[in-house]
Amino acid sequence: MTSRYSILSLARNALTGHRDWPQAWRSPPPKRQYDVLIVGGGGHGLATAYYLASLHGIRNVAVLEKGWLGGGNTARNTTIVRSNYLWNESTRLYEHSMKLWEGLSLQLNFNVMFSQRGVLNLGHSLQDMRDITRRVHANRLNGVDGEVLDTAQVKQLVPIINDSPTARYPILGASFQPRAGVARHDAVAWGFARAADSLGVDIIQQCEVTAIRRNGGQVVGVDTTRGPIDARRIGVAAAGHSSVIAAMAGLRLPLQSHPLQAFVSEPIKPVLNTVVMSNAVHAYISQSDKGDLVIGAGIDAYTGYGQRGSFHTIEHAVEAIVEMFPTFSRVRMNRQWGGIVDICPDACPIIGTTPIQGLYLNCGWGTGGFKATPGSGWVFAHTIAQDRPHELNAPFSLQRFTTGHLIDEHGAAAVAH
Amino acid sequence: MLLIDCPWCGPREDSEFTYGGQAHIERPSPSEAASDADWGDYLFMRTNPRGLHREQWLHSAGCRQWFNVERDTVTYRIGRVYRCGEPPSTDPQ
Repeated sequence: MTSRYSILSLARNALTGHRDWPQAWRSPPPKRQYDVLIVGGGGHGLATAYYLASLHGIRNVAVLEKGWLGGGNTARNTTIVRSNYLWNESTRLYEHSMKLWEGLSLQLNFNVMFSQRGVLNLGHSLQDMRDITRRVHANRLNGVDGEVLDTAQVKQLVPIINDSPTARYPILGASFQPRAGVARHDAVAWGFARAADSLGVDIIQQCEVTAIRRNGGQVVGVDTTRGPIDARRIGVAAAGHSSVIAAMAGLRLPLQSHPLQAFVSEPIKPVLNTVVMSNAVHAYISQSDKGDLVIGAGIDAYTGYGQRGSFHTIEHAVEAIVEMFPTFSRVRMNRQWGGIVDICPDACPIIGTTPIQGLYLNCGWGTGGFKATPGSGWVFAHTIAQDRPHELNAPFSLQRFTTGHLIDEHGAAAVAH
Repeated sequence: MLLIDCPWCGPREDSEFTYGGQAHIERPSPSEAASDADWGDYLFMRTNPRGLHREQWLHSAGCRQWFNVERDTVTYRIGRVYRCGEPPSTDPQ
């Protein structure tokens, strides 16, 4: 069993040179049968397993991960957490997640380094500012914090920003959500993994699902690279590979998987203490505690599973960053990478039941799933445990692509998450 | 960077093109007979395969013609390029 992390355990382990820390979670071989299987050991899958075990008393659960924890999108994003969406449905879902973030380190006994340093969404035109004002009003009606800032207030928060009125895309103002911020992404995966494991969940890495077995309209298990496993409830949280998994069960999804790139600079001294995003010029940036600038680009237009994208996409993001922050023009970039994001036509996720009994989907988070990690796991665990969605995720059903009741979040979500 | 062999202009880099998504999607016909599920499938559902994908591209900064491409979505290797109206190859790869 895992021991509790505390100042005492830190001091005790310091005395022995940090050589005797216990393993954070077990790596058991898969059992032949589980009550629930979660396909995908990213943040969403691990959070689902944790809430199944902690809130719903379902502990005979395995999380199947084809790679390693924190090897997929969980550790490939730019770690931004916010809840300032436009529509009621999405605001409620993301704000629920935000509230879970606010207590997460204590709850998991794992420091996820959630830092509420605020997020700015810049406006560069009169229409941008109208949209921002509308969104902030909608947020406040939904109990989400937010304010509209003018150029001078933006400059006060971010002194290094280029506020010249003659800039190609002048900054006319911004929305600001003070409670938003960033978190340490792989700590989120590790924290949920450790907490779920301590409740009895088996986390099985290097285990790829190759087929979903059905008996009529009911799922009965999966075949994996580590042998067959039986389960009558299977939750799929496979992000960019959701279409591939769903196809194993004969389901078609409205998803398209695209490469999304990000990059970090060399570490520099603290210069940016909030998150700056711009949908119009297509870039977002924050500075990590380590000092590197974390920069997100847009998706590549074509679909792809290759975890890499086009160079001109990076170039485009860098141009926008240098335009907004001329002082960064001589900062060197250290690393660049891509992740595979599952884009939904309305830029909103699909979380719910499917026409196949016992098969549940949690996908379509596109470019912005990280912020939703705890909330996504919370509603998905409820959906699997009760065999019906929670009222928070009921609007996000697969069925909406037949009824036409889409939740069009492109205005607040399309580019920069 | 993809090098796309436009059937009219020859090989050009992908920044000259606009991506048009999955090719060979047929509109339900007659449309008044289509159910909501048929329409939903036509509008939104996509194969999104890992591997061979038949897709549409528009040479927007060139000849402005639409055409079809067979591309591998993992290696990004481009195979056959063919004009609209031509049938896709029947071999699996």
